[in-house]
Parts: sequence; C-alpha cells; structure tokens
Amino acid sequence: MDELQMEIPCIRTFNESMIEIDASHMETRELNNLLREIMLCGYEKVVLRNVCGQRYIGTRLYSPQRRVMTIEIYGTPGNDLGAFLFGHRILVHGNAQDGVGNTMESGEIVINGRAGDVTGMSMRGGRIFVKGDVSYRAALHMKEHGLKKPVIVVGGTSQDFLGEYMAGGIVILLGLYRAHTARFIGSGMHGGAIYIRGEVGEEQVDSSVLISRPDESDMEILGDCISDFIERFPDLSLDMDYVLEGDWTKLSPRSSRPYGKLYA
Amino acid sequence: MSVRRQKLYSKEICACSIFGAMSRTGERFTGERVIRAMANMHHRGNGLGGGFAAYGIYPEFREYYAFHLMFTGDARAQREAKRAAEEFLFRNFDVVHDEEIPHSDDVYVRDPPLLWRYFLSPSKHGEDIHLPDDEYVVRKVVHVNSAIDNAYIFSSGKNMGCFKGVGYPEEIGRYFMLDRLYRGYLWTAHGRFPTNSQAWWGGAHPFGLLDTTVVHNGEISSYGTNRWYLEMLGYKCTLHTDTEVVAYAVDLLMRRQDLPMEVVAKILAPPTWETIDRMDVRERELLTTLRRIYGPLLMNGPFAVIIAQSGRMIGLTDRIRLRPLTVATRGEMFYISSEEASVRLISPSLDSVWSPRGGEPVICELDGRLKHEIAAPA
Repeated sequence: MDELQMEIPCIRTFNESMIEIDASHMETRELNNLLREIMLCGYEKVVLRNVCGQRYIGTRLYSPQRRVMTIEIYGTPGNDLGAFLFGHRILVHGNAQDGVGNTMESGEIVINGRAGDVTGMSMRGGRIFVKGDVSYRAALHMKEHGLKKPVIVVGGTSQDFLGEYMAGGIVILLGLYRAHTARFIGSGMHGGAIYIRGEVGEEQVDSSVLISRPDESDMEILGDCISDFIERFPDLSLDMDYVLEGDWTKLSPRSSRPYGKLYA
Repeated sequence: MSVRRQKLYSKEICACSIFGAMSRTGERFTGERVIRAMANMHHRGNGLGGGFAAYGIYPEFREYYAFHLMFTGDARAQREAKRAAEEFLFRNFDVVHDEEIPHSDDVYVRDPPLLWRYFLSPSKHGEDIHLPDDEYVVRKVVHVNSAIDNAYIFSSGKNMGCFKGVGYPEEIGRYFMLDRLYRGYLWTAHGRFPTNSQAWWGGAHPFGLLDTTVVHNGEISSYGTNRWYLEMLGYKCTLHTDTEVVAYAVDLLMRRQDLPMEVVAKILAPPTWETIDRMDVRERELLTTLRRIYGPLLMNGPFAVIIAQSGRMIGLTDRIRLRPLTVATRGEMFYISSEEASVRLISPSLDSVWSPRGGEPVICELDGRLKHEIAAPA
C-alpha cells in the first residue's frame, strides 16, 4: 500500500485499511482532493467527522483499477453528494441536502435521515436508500441502459414531481410514516417504473403515466429491493411481509416518446 | 484574431444563498451566528453582493422610523447627494438623531458609499396632513430614491435596519460589525450571485420598504409586467434588480390592501390552472378571482424568498419550487435557509427539518403580545 504523503493534522489512521478525517474548517475542494488521495493509497474505509455543507463528496473517485471504498459521514454533507459516484459506498448518519447521487454511475448511497430536492437526478446506475422522505423532483431524468438499472428506495414519501422526465430505473416509496401528498408524479416520464405503497389518487399522477397493480415479476423486484432496505436500516425493525402486503401501485409511462408529436 | 483563455475558470458556479433566523419569544441575539451560517454558504455567492436585515435592533428609537441612506459616486457627488437628501428630509421629517452608520475599516470592501442613518418622525404639511404615517413615509422614500441623484434610502422601517453592500455576506456583516453592535430577534441574510444585472451597493439584498424586507434567490422573469403594474400604483423601481418588485408587491398587498399572507402567497405564486380546476367551488372561485385581479403581480420564474416584517418571517418558493428552501426549528428558534448545513452549523440539534411545498408560505410569528411590545410600542 502507498503511504499517504501528507502531513495533515485532521487525519487519524486506525489501521491499514481505515482512516478518519475531521472535516470541520475544510473546503469542498480540499476534502475531495484528500478523499482522492486516500482512495489512491488503497484505504477501504474513510470516516468523515463534522461534515457541514461540503459538496460533491465522493466525486472524482474513479480509478482504472476500480478501487472501491466505504465513506461514512457524520454531519450534514452538502449538495450533490456522490455526484458521478463510481462504485463506492456512502453512508450518511443524518440528513442529506439536494442532488444526492447526481449522475451517479454505480455504488450505493445510504441516508439515515431525509434527502433534499432532486435526489438521484440523472442517476444511471447504483442504488440510493433513504430512510426518511425525499423532497421535490426525486429521480429527475433517471435513466438505464442494458444491465445498468438504478434504484432508489425511500422509506417515507416524496414531494411533487417525483420521476419527472424519468427515462429508466426503479423508484420505490414505502410510505412508512405518512400519506402520499405529492402532485405531478411522473410528469414527462418515458421509461422506468415507480412503485408506491399506500394510496395514490389519479389526480396526483401526470396524465402521461399508466397506473396499474404490480404483477408477480414486479413483486419479485420489490422483494429484493425491500429486503436490502430492511437490512440497511435495522433500527426500523421492519417486517418484510408487512411491507410487501401493503397496497401497492405501479406507475409506468404510457409512451416512450410522450412529446413525439409536440415537435413533429 | 482569436482570443485565448489563459486561465480556467475555477469557481464552483452556483446560486444565491438566503438565510433567516428568528426567536419566537422575541429574545434578541447578535448577528454573529447569522454571519457564520452565511459564510458556510460562501460558495453559493460570488462576492458581488451580501446583506442583512435585522429586527429589534433600535429599541431606544423604536417609535421613530430608522432611515438608512447610501450616497454614491465620488466624494463630491456623495457630499452633494447628502446635502440634497438632508434638505429634503429635514423639510419633511423631525429628525431626532442622525449619524454615520458605524463600519469597520479593518474589512476591505470595494467602493463603499457614504452610509448614514436618520431616526425621524413625519412632519406633514399641506395636502399630506391627511396621509397615514406609513403612506407618507413611502411617498417620501420613493421621492428620494427616484428624484435625488446618488441618494438611496435602503431601509425605512421602525426598530429594524438593512445593512448591505458589494462583497461576500460575511465581509459585509463584519464591515457593519453586526456581530458586535446589534442585537435583533429576527435576522435575514443574503449572498448574491448576480445573473443579469450589475453589482452595486444599492442592488444588494435585502430590499425593503418600511419594515418589509425581502431576500431572494432566483430570477423573476415577470419583472417587466410586475414593474409596469406597480409603477401604475405609485412605486418606482430604481435599484435595477428584479427582487425590488417583491418588496413593493408585498407592501401594496399587505399594508395598503390589508390582505393576509396566505392570500398574498396565492397572488405571487398561484397554483396552476390545472390545480385550480380540481378545487372545490369556493376555493376555485377565490383563486380564479385572485388570478384575474392580480394577474400582473404573478411572479413568474424560479424563486425562493424570505420576507420579513416586524414580528414575522415568511419563506416562500415559486409554485413548482425551482429554488431550494429548507425550514428548521429548535425550541423557540425558527430557521429558513438555502441549505440545511448552515442551520446545523449554528444549531447542531434540530427539532424538525422540512422542505416547504412550492407556493405555500411558511410563516413564523412572535406571539401577539410580544409583537406589540417590540414592533409598535404604545
């Protein structure tokens, strides 16, 4: 393993594979440069303490060797957490801000709290698990290609414009805490699927969206994703059957080209 | 000849930052924590504007209007502007106290204007004698800002004040020594990223008229229509910035027409026609009527604003929430911010955090008795 060639007082090394950083007073760029060095040195886990608004944590962590590490965050990470994330695992003990997993490529982000606007925007792979709610425009223009199929699982509910211009991937709302009040769900949606547990009125959903009951293959997908969700948030003590037996709705696009005629 | 760019632009381009903190029990605190919260969002701005509004800061003069004026231009223009403005003020008001607004020379700011404050009460003559005080003051403010060169009244409420300029908000806060000299129960703040107007001291946020102030993140693309409508009703837009119209619209609707904030929100950020169509008859009629009458005050485009008045702080986004706004509470404290991290910095534990729905105002008020004591003493 390479030695980390930096004398930085905010770093504590626990062993060969784990390192801890005190991020208070650290700028966004400084922190992300450091994370990159740490990855290149081959550490498997990095714990960030006192994070407060630093952006893009987890970005620029591509290596040709496809190195992967776990980034554990204490505090409140700034916008675009895990932007372009390349296979790493991010765990947040608390809330996240806007743009979690922006254009994320692969890996996993687990939020032990709520997430802000545009969670999973343009995401094209990997998975995001949010224990609480997500704000406006989750899964905005999320997309899939071939075997790459991004997944967002939300314990609570979402605000308006969930799945706006969604082009692929899967979004699951477990509706564990309160009723779904979002409006304009699936505006301009032309790919992928949204699964919602709990009542959703037709008037909450955009007219370009087909409302149906999940079939057996859908339930299989839900089973897999929900079991992973339960595993990540053991403190919720969720029962798999209880969650699956709920009243599920599937939303999928009526057309893969909703605006085909608009510009013809 | 081709022009080569020598240096890559290394700024992380972003947007404005807005922040508000209010104690519901009226407890007053310095601007120190507010400055720190704004500094945490440093990267949202670009150093071309920062400002603060603070309420409850002039208890010793609370029955007088507190005018903050800036005199711009070179030293001679500033002197001339001050002379002309003072001639007007002394003719129309009883000025009980005036002084230069204290500032710290240790903080470097670009081209600071001459900044002066006046505590005064109306001295009405002639036809003006029948005007209510607030209306009289508004007319005089509009006159100074539009008719006297290089003189701008940028704060005109009682027991409150705006402090603003060109720079990052934390620089402006330290320039005015808000962390040492003032204690208020309500603070709002702004870090600016000017998009389509020039940066100058008068164009920094907050914008205010009487005790209503506005800080704004976004762009009001209906500015032309809004401005035309407000100018028909006696307002003059002199500060070359879209946000100005929000302050005047709130003044028109809340002070002159006495509408509640809930209705004002539905005028500035009305639901879409599609949503209105689904409402029950009474609500549909109200919303349809509001859109008919107040169409020109609809604020189009993406925005998040914090509106403050004596004893009240309001957060509002456009109806489809195209700009961020997070609300948080801790005990008697109420926060509105562009980012949760800034609130967590000064209050690590919070009772609740949420994102308000687009077009629906979040309102925090002092309890009635306190509001009376702080804002409008007998």
